[in-house]
Order: sequence, then structure tokens, then C-alpha cells
Amino acid sequence: MPLHHYRPPPNHGGITSTQQQQVTHQPPAMDVLSQSRRQLADYTNSLHRDGFLDDQFSQLQQLQDESSPDFVMEVVSLFFEDCQKLVTNMARALSELQAVDFKQVDSSVHQLKGSSSSVGAARIKNLCVAFKTCCDSQNRDGCMRCLQEVNRECVLLKNKLQTLFRLEQQIISAGGSIPM
Amino acid sequence: MESCNCIEPQLPPDELLSKYQYISDFFIALAYFSIPLELIYFVKKSAVFPYRWVLVQFGAFIVLCGATHLINLWTFTIHSRTVAIVMTTAKILTAVVSCATALMLVHIIPDLLSVKTRELFLKNKAAELDREMGLIRTQEETGRHVRMLTHEIRSTLDRHTILKTTLVELGRTLSLEECALWMPTRTGLELQLAYTLRQQNPVGYTVPIHLPVINQVFSSNRAVKISPNSPVARLRPLAGKYPGEVVAVRVPLLHLSNFQINDWPELSTKRYALMVLMLPSDSARQWHTYELELVEVVADQVAVALSHAAILEESMRARDLLMEQNVALDLARREAETAIRARNDFLAVMNHEMRTPMHAIIALSSLLQETELTPEQRLMVETILKSSNLLATLINDVLDLSRLEDGSLQLDLGSFNLHSAFREVINLIRPIASVKKLVVTLHLAPDLPEYATGDEKRLMQTLLNVVGNAVKFSKEGSISITAFVAKAESLRDPRAPDFFPVPSDNHFFLRVQVKDTGSGINPQDYPKLFTKFAQSQSLATKNSAGSGLGLAICKRFVNLMDGHIWLESEGLGKGCTAIFMIKLGVTECCTESKLPAATNASMNHAQTAFPGLKVMVMDDNGVSRMVTKGLLVHLGCDVTTVSSGDECLRLISQDHHVVFIDVCMYDGYEVALRVHEKLTKRHERPLTVALTANSDKATKDHCRRVGMNGVVLKPVSVDKMRTVLSDLLEHRNLV
Repeated sequence: MPLHHYRPPPNHGGITSTQQQQVTHQPPAMDVLSQSRRQLADYTNSLHRDGFLDDQFSQLQQLQDESSPDFVMEVVSLFFEDCQKLVTNMARALSELQAVDFKQVDSSVHQLKGSSSSVGAARIKNLCVAFKTCCDSQNRDGCMRCLQEVNRECVLLKNKLQTLFRLEQQIISAGGSIPM
Repeated sequence: MESCNCIEPQLPPDELLSKYQYISDFFIALAYFSIPLELIYFVKKSAVFPYRWVLVQFGAFIVLCGATHLINLWTFTIHSRTVAIVMTTAKILTAVVSCATALMLVHIIPDLLSVKTRELFLKNKAAELDREMGLIRTQEETGRHVRMLTHEIRSTLDRHTILKTTLVELGRTLSLEECALWMPTRTGLELQLAYTLRQQNPVGYTVPIHLPVINQVFSSNRAVKISPNSPVARLRPLAGKYPGEVVAVRVPLLHLSNFQINDWPELSTKRYALMVLMLPSDSARQWHTYELELVEVVADQVAVALSHAAILEESMRARDLLMEQNVALDLARREAETAIRARNDFLAVMNHEMRTPMHAIIALSSLLQETELTPEQRLMVETILKSSNLLATLINDVLDLSRLEDGSLQLDLGSFNLHSAFREVINLIRPIASVKKLVVTLHLAPDLPEYATGDEKRLMQTLLNVVGNAVKFSKEGSISITAFVAKAESLRDPRAPDFFPVPSDNHFFLRVQVKDTGSGINPQDYPKLFTKFAQSQSLATKNSAGSGLGLAICKRFVNLMDGHIWLESEGLGKGCTAIFMIKLGVTECCTESKLPAATNASMNHAQTAFPGLKVMVMDDNGVSRMVTKGLLVHLGCDVTTVSSGDECLRLISQDHHVVFIDVCMYDGYEVALRVHEKLTKRHERPLTVALTANSDKATKDHCRRVGMNGVVLKPVSVDKMRTVLSDLLEHRNLV
């Protein structure tokens, strides 16, 4: 997609203040719920803004309904399992003392790219693109560095998503439903 | 019969004389009686004797004569009157019968004689027939030989074999001592010995072609006897004392003016080769007519066979040439494809590589703008931002153009709000225009529909470009933009004689006119306006940034939208009007896919949009598989997932309506092919759709080649999947 003229991000400070005003006009019972909702919305927006997640993740959230209430969590857990396996494989392949099997590393990167784009893990997906370039140029050091970054990103994303799910649980336990 | 003096009175004769007479008469009678007996006996033996009546007559005559002589025996002595009477009677009868016989014989003897002549005649005829039989037999023999020879000659299409075979077969059939073929040389002035029967490799004998004997042979189409001493016949040392007879015949070499044959001598009409045949020496054999005929026929056949061989040679050469050319073309095509692929790869990489840093620069400069800056710093940051925006535009333009040229650009059709598109463009351009103190007015016709179907992004890009140009080239004055639905009469434009817009029920033509009061266009520059990278020299603006691609890209976008774009200007300094017309689809309802609320609403009622649709998903990535499955389940489908090609082929059946195949798998395409093979009835087999992460032309082509019904880009959104499924079910193909 073409580059847009970059528009400055919306001023969060402003929104918060108006929402605060709204909160004071609502009955007290709704305080916790709306606050949690607000927190969730902020957090989700920040994840999107920082590039951890992209549109695909929102699509996944849309697929979650009464018939599959834990869809997103299941997909995400599967993804992290997959991620772990692939990272271990790649680490083993790259730490070979003799010739590194770049083909295997390449196929693992391909798998990871596919998985991360299906889940909406934007940063990991972008890293995979760079990783693939290193693989194609058979640059072992480059690959090692990319692998470390991928690992770091995976851990980071895992933590962030756990926070996200915790916030969602809060809302559910407070009696509300998760906004799409 | 001597006169019988038997009636004379009796004189006393000499005793001896009468005794002898008596004995002779007796014997005569005996003979006379035995002759008819013999006749009867032999005639009875032979079956055919036509003259029985004559025989009877003759028999009677002879018997009577015999009787007469017998009775005569009694008249030597004294005899009674009875004896005399009997004697007289006998004699009278005899006389009658003999006269009758004599008369009869007059008729018969010529007949008998003619029988003899007829017999002679028949014998001659028989001899003649025998002779003719002999001739026919020899002719048939000759015919057989000719057929056999012809068969031998015509059974091959190789020139050398033909000629060699001719000589060999002729030699065998006619038992020749030597047989030779003289061919005209390239120059046509000499005859060269080309083939002989007995000698293996005849070494370059040549004779000049204008010898009288050769002329004689060439001037007739018969086989001509020539002298054994003539130069064409002196081929081998004399084997015996008397050389055998020699015959020569011409072999016409047929005219082959349309062919350029490499190693054959240049041929023209009336060119002949000479065939010389020699009978064995000391054999006293002579050339028979039928042998000469045989030779002539063979010579003709050889001519025909040679022409066939020539034609075949030529066509083989032509075929080889074509094959070579094919190979060369194939190679060239593959090279071109490789070049294009290399370019596309390069572009794809550059695409990504260039955009990432640009994104970073633009993002960070914008952020920087938000912070506290001194005025100089702010100016610097603004410049950075402006330059990088321009660079970003340039990159986009170049990449777009290359995709446009490729033909791989496809419009993203969708419903959008036409009015708001115009308004957005105006809003974008207004700041710049106001800086230059230009007045921008927008006029949308009242009958312009609010919503339309088309490629909104590219329409806006085109509009922005055109309006941007108007602003760029105007130092003062106003820019007015009008948009309306083009009516039939205004559809034809005199400047575009080959543009025939055909309005239909589902589409309308949007006509946009952007009029400015700027520097106008020099009529000389008009042809170059829409050419890539060509910028007019007369542009004196300092800020003439841009690569000159803008209008070229606009033209291609407009063409993709079945439209036309052109500029009109009175001349330099008199302003310019840019006009373009594009085809847009009419939208019934105002569905806007951009608003998320609408998406939610439509999503809810379309949640079970495809109940019972049996779908199979093949993907080797667990996460992708799960996501795709979740997506399809959400849309109400009955989903089966498989992770390998074998599993897919095992489980696929005609019940499945759609199969999604991840073609990034190593056997993705092969599975698609096998699915098509396994379930061959077109109307019953499942639709195959490729899921892939890259949307380049090669992938699309490959999918089309294996017969897949569509290609979908991963990752898929809910709306996209819904659209895909409804398109598939409606059209059986993704449009």
C-alpha cells in the first residue's frame, strides 16, 4: 500500500479527559466496568500503534463469538507453541559447527512468517522478512541476530497478550462482554 | 477303259492271246471288286467323310466295271444268248453309272482341292498366332521388369540410391555389361560421369556437352543406338574383340525453380542427363525393340523419382530451419521471462526495502514536528518532511508505473462515496492553493450519484494529480473543478476519435473537468504530455519537482477504468483544461465497507451466510489452518482441515464444494492438479482456491495454469472471505 502523508496520532490526553467526564455522569455500578473497558481499549490501541498487532488480530477477535468464546486465546497459544518449536529448531540448526542447513532455517522462517501473519503479529512478521533475507544470503551471524530478535519479540508479545487477556477476564468477571 | 470289243462275233483268236486276256480280265474284276471294299472299310474307320453319296456312286461304278469284266470271262467261248444279254445289261449300266460319276466328279474335285488350300491357310494362321503369342509374352515380361524397376526406384527418396538402383536393376534385367549415367555439371557445359554399374567410384571423366552424338540423343525422347567408340561409351577397356551394341537415352532433369537446393547443380528446363547402356561384347546380342522401350520408360521414371527426392530434401531442410528458429525463439522468450522475473524480484525487494526506511523517516519527522523546536529547526524538519513525502510519492509512482506496464495492476473495485472523494481531494489541495492565492471551486452536478463502484484510491490519485498539476502550473487566478454524468452526445470527443464509450444500465460515465488559469500548454508539447519522463522545457517554475510520470500514470489508470483523459488549451499563457471520463458502476444501496459499524451489522446478519457449505482447507501451518478454519466456521461452513497433500487427496470427494489450498506448500499445485484429475466432472467437482502470501503475477499464472478457480491473499479477513465465497458460488470463479 502506498505511504500516506503521515498524520500525527490522535491526542490521547484529550480523549481520556472527555471519557472521564462521561464516567462521572454514569451510575457508580458501571464505574469498574467502564474503566476496565477503557483500559482494554487503550491497551489494544497501544499494541496496534506500536506495531505489535495489526488488522489481522482484530479479524481474529471478530471470529470470537458464543460458539467459540476462547478462539483467540486458542489460536494465540497454538502460535506461541509453534513459535517456540521453530525457534528451538532454528537455534539448533544455526549452532551447527560445520555447514549450517540454511534450507531448514529458511523453511522454519517461512512457517513462522505464515503463522505470525495469520495471527496478526506484525513485528514478528516483519522480522521474518529480514530473517529470510539473511537466510538467502547465507549470513550466519545475521541469522543469529535475527533469531535473537525474534525470540525477544515473541516473549514480549506473549507478555503483552497475557496482559490483554487478563484485562478481558476482568471485564467478563465484572459482568460485561468484550467489545469487538 | 479301253473299248471293249466283247460284242464282236467269235473269231478263232490265238489261243495264247485269249488266255492272257482271260487272266487279265479276271484280275481286273478282282481288283474292281476289292477296291470298293477297301474304300468302305477305311471310310468306316474315319469318322468324317462328307462325300458318302459320291462314294456309293464310285463304288457302284467300280462294281459294275468289275461285273462287266467278270462277265467278259464267259464270252471267250461260245456263249448263249442269256450271257450276251447279261453282258449287254451290265455294260449299259456301267456306262450310265460311269457317266454319272464323271459328271459328279466335275463338281467335287474343286471342292476337294479347296480343302487342301484351306488347310494350308490355317496352318499359316496358326504359325502367325504362335508368333504373336511370343511377342505378347515378351511384352509382359518387359512390363513386369519395368514395374519392378519402377518399384525399386520409387521405393527410396534418396537421390543416390535412386540412381544406383536404376543402374543395378537395368543391368540385371537386360544383362548389360556396363551402364553409366552422365550428369550435367554446374556450369552446364560438360557432362560428368556420375555413376557406373561396374566401377565403384568413377573418377571425373567429363565430356563437353555439345558433341553431335549427345545432341542427337538429347533431341529425341527415344533410346538411340550410338557407336561404341563415342566418348560417352568408352568407359572401360575392351573386354572382347567386338564391343556390344550401345544405346543411350536422355533423362530429363525436371525444373525446380522454386527450390534453392544446395549441392545439386543449378537446374533449368531442358536439362538432361545421359544414360548409356552397353550390351556384353562378343555376345552377338542385339537391342530388341522391347528392350529399348523398357529403357525409355525407366528413364522417365527416374526423372520423376529424382524430382520427388529433390522436393523431399527441400522440405526437410525447411523443417529443420523452422525447428532451429523455434528453438531460438523459445530461448529468447525464456530469456525475456527471466529478465522480467529478475526485474520483478528487484522491484519487489526495492519496494519493501525502500518503503521501510521511508516510513521511518516520515514517521519520525512527523513526531519531531510535534516536539518543541526552534523556528530554524522547525523549518528544517518541514523541509525534511516535504522532501521525504515527495520521495515517497516518487517511489510509489515508479512502482505503480512498472506494475501498470506489466499489466499486473488490477483495480480494487468497491463502493465508495463519490461526493466525499471529491471533497477530500479539494481539502488536500486547498492549503497549497491558498498559499499561492488560488481560488479552488468544486461543482458537483445534481444528478451525480452519491455512491459509485470503482477504484476509489486510484480515482483520487488521478484527481489529485490533475488538480495538483493545475495548481502547480498556475501562478494566480482560479481552479474550477466540475464533475457530472456524461450524456450520450457529450461522450464523443473530437480529440479522441477512437474512444467509443457505451453506456449501459449498470454503469455511467463520470466526466471531470479541471480548468485553470495558468500558463497553458504549447501545442507542440501536446504529444509528449502523457509520455513518461518527458517534461516540457518551457516550464519555468522553480518547483517543477516530480519525475514527469504523473500524467502517464493517470492516463493508464483512466484507461484501466475504460475511460479517456485529455488536455485542452488555447495556447501559452491562456490556461488549460484537463478533462477525463471514466466508467463507474452504479451502486444500488449505500453500503460502505469502510465504516466498521456497518461491517458489524452486515456481519451479524451474514454470519450464517453459507450454511452447510462443505469446505476443505489444506495448509501445513497449524496456526494458519486454525485461523482459516475459525474464519470459515464463523461463516457457517462445514470445514475439514488437512495438513498434507496425501491426506487431502484421500479425503477429497465430490461432496466438498470448495477446497482452499496453500500453494506455498511444496506440493500445493500438484495437489490441485490431482484433485482436478480425480474429480473430473466439471459441474460436480469442488472449486479450488489458492491461499498464498504473495500476489505476484507468476503465482497467479501458475494457479490459472493448473486450473484453479481463484487466488486469495493471506491473511484473509472475514469480509474478504465472505466476498470470496459468494463470488465463488455465484460465478464459479473469482473475478
